[in-house]
Amino acid sequence: MTTTSTQPAIEAQVAPFPTGTTTLPLAKAITLAMRQALAEDPKVLVMGEDVGRLGGVFRVTDGLQAEFGEDRVVDTPLAESGIVGTAIGLAMRGYRSVLEIQFDGFIFPAFDQITTQLAKMRYRTSGRVSLPIVIRVPYGGGIGAVEHHSESPEALFAHTAGLRVVSPSNPADAYRMLREAIASPDPVLFLEPKGRYWDKGPVEVAPLALPAAGAPTAYDAIGHETLDRAVVVRPGTDLTLVAYGPSVHVALAAAAAAAEEGRSLEVVDLRTISPIDFPTVVESARRTGRCVVVHEAPVFHGAGAEVAARVTEECFFSLEAPVLRVGGFHTPYPVAKIEHDYLPGLDRVLDAVDRSLAF
Amino acid sequence: MTDDATDSTGPTGDAVPMVQLLTPTGERTTDPRWEPYRERAAHLDHGHVRDLWRDMVLVRAFDDEATSLQRQGQLGLWAQCLGQEAAQVGSGRALAPQDYVFPSYREHGVAHTRGVDLAQILRLFRGVDHGGWDGEAHRFHNYTLVIGSHTLHATGYAMGVQRDGVVGTGDPTVDTAVVAYFGDGATAQGDVNEALVFAAVNQAPLVLFCQNNQFAISEPNERQFRVPVARRGEGFGVPGVRVDGNDVLASYAVTQEALERARSGGGPSLVEAFTFRMGAHTTSDDPTRYRTRELEQQWRERDPIARIEAMLRREGGWDDAWAAQVVEEAADLGARVRETVRSMPAPAPASMFDHVYATPHAAVEDDRAFFAEYESGFADGGAR
Ligand SMILES: Cc1ncc(C[n+]2csc(CCOP(=O)(O)OP(=O)(O)O)c2C)c(N)n1
Ligand SMILES: [Mg+2]
Repeated sequence: MTTTSTQPAIEAQVAPFPTGTTTLPLAKAITLAMRQALAEDPKVLVMGEDVGRLGGVFRVTDGLQAEFGEDRVVDTPLAESGIVGTAIGLAMRGYRSVLEIQFDGFIFPAFDQITTQLAKMRYRTSGRVSLPIVIRVPYGGGIGAVEHHSESPEALFAHTAGLRVVSPSNPADAYRMLREAIASPDPVLFLEPKGRYWDKGPVEVAPLALPAAGAPTAYDAIGHETLDRAVVVRPGTDLTLVAYGPSVHVALAAAAAAAEEGRSLEVVDLRTISPIDFPTVVESARRTGRCVVVHEAPVFHGAGAEVAARVTEECFFSLEAPVLRVGGFHTPYPVAKIEHDYLPGLDRVLDAVDRSLAF
Repeated sequence: MTDDATDSTGPTGDAVPMVQLLTPTGERTTDPRWEPYRERAAHLDHGHVRDLWRDMVLVRAFDDEATSLQRQGQLGLWAQCLGQEAAQVGSGRALAPQDYVFPSYREHGVAHTRGVDLAQILRLFRGVDHGGWDGEAHRFHNYTLVIGSHTLHATGYAMGVQRDGVVGTGDPTVDTAVVAYFGDGATAQGDVNEALVFAAVNQAPLVLFCQNNQFAISEPNERQFRVPVARRGEGFGVPGVRVDGNDVLASYAVTQEALERARSGGGPSLVEAFTFRMGAHTTSDDPTRYRTRELEQQWRERDPIARIEAMLRREGGWDDAWAAQVVEEAADLGARVRETVRSMPAPAPASMFDHVYATPHAAVEDDRAFFAEYESGFADGGAR
């Protein structure tokens, strides 16, 4: 691939890989996971609009093209269906793509490829064709953006068998979950809470595992510790708040506020939306007897409904109150000036907590 | 690329003729190939050309003001049309009142020619409205942010126009064309290519107007296509032409030809207006990461507004007193836009439940009722 004279020269400033525990913003934890995957496996590709020279509109792929070249970190044509569709063909030829869709609202030109092809290929080929593709999507609102830049479309994908749908809430998980997502033989929709991109936190960096020339990358060794596993991020006794992605931050703030009034809220970070780690959620809800689910996506037909139904089925005799849901309304994402009236913020969560406790 | 009317070489390396009536220094071109376009612009006397200059100056003043407003935190985002004024004003002024436009999100110059109050465009970028104007009244639809999707709407609208019998009647007040504006990056989208297919198959009265500003955010043309946009239509059966998008007269003439073809029943056309995005992609962008200052400088020297001033001065059509008045008018426009935007109120929060459906939908009504009750809990001034 050639570079034209209209473009400034890239200065490759390749920093050494961090080791041990390091503090990173969530966005850079994701960068690090991709960088490590690119280094560890020559078959890993990063593809998307503006991911190369620009480093992505959020700079999440910053530096990767300079380090790994234009064949591995690819500025694609402006066509999401093409991005996903060609990644499927590349996967059939042994390439493992980490795709970036620029914003949540722009994934839909690829909806056909994702739902009719990517999700079903293993099934249609009786397990013969594996598509280890990760689709990264900055999602969620609260950033004052224009339309199509603040949406939470996870339920549309979670409703599709064959896809794994995940969303980290903090830098450590973002790093670890992306590593595991890239290692996964299944397609993974990796939803990144863009409003929390610049939250910093400790990240435990796995040692760089460079396979001997020609040897396959040891994806089995990467393990499966965060994907598919919910985690209690704040223990409590009075009520269980279930959240994921950007809403975990809100849930934790609500728990802190409630603590000042003597209420002990437990916060469960789902991390994975498909599948859902029901044993962890159910255990918590059974213990506290109350459960409130929070997400930015509309409540109607949302992921919270799935949690509420299952908790009700499995904890019926332990519940002191019906499971409540707090989330977006059944409207298109509203204009920025009133988005905080739409989003489930601290007060709306506390309101639901009050209603649950009042039961 | 060369500056006169000889064949220009685009970034893809393919030579494709580029219609140009004025050189960047404001000289009339003489290439015989452009004679038909020269004729189309022949009725534009110096008074008309001054009007085009005024249009472009007003649009630029508005664009500058919007950029400042974004910097001051009055807008969430702004997408400048800086450098693309000639392509937009030239094509926009070729439209008849009954023609219908489907813009992308950078067509502020076209909006101006459609009589849209420019300040109202900022409602979208301030986050108080998803649109901002009455599309039907101006025959100028909402801006569309999902790249390329509106090109199919334009095609369908043109198919409707065709069925209504307002194509090929010979009456210039009746015959109607539809124009879709989109960028070079958009040409990669499936929707845009499907628009070409549908428009061709139906011989729809459509003009697909591509402003090739040479970048799709950071990606240059060769990441989107290897054959110039003007030639994209060939395989679809849609005639195409490349025009110097920084030449307002050529942009006018080329668009007028395509519009006439559409209105007379001659089917769709593809226009590639070759231009340059002089500003950033949006106020969130940093072009120094992906293009050189030399390239930017090279295009500053091809400024579409300066070209018209140079032409008028060269031909004795310039009038200092009049120009000073326009500059004052532009400053007033800026001031008015500033005032209007600063006093644009946020919508009532409960308005988010309006217009989701035409008739009541229980999920919306439940949410609306919940929200009203929730809000009333704060009515006594409780903290939120
Ligand atoms: C379907 C879709 N994908 C991605 C985006 C993000 N995006 C916004 S503008 C843009 C580049 C558009 O380039 P071009 O079509 O050349 O128009 P220009 O901005 O240069 O006017 C991109 C990728 C989008 N708006 N819609
Ligand atoms: Mg462009």
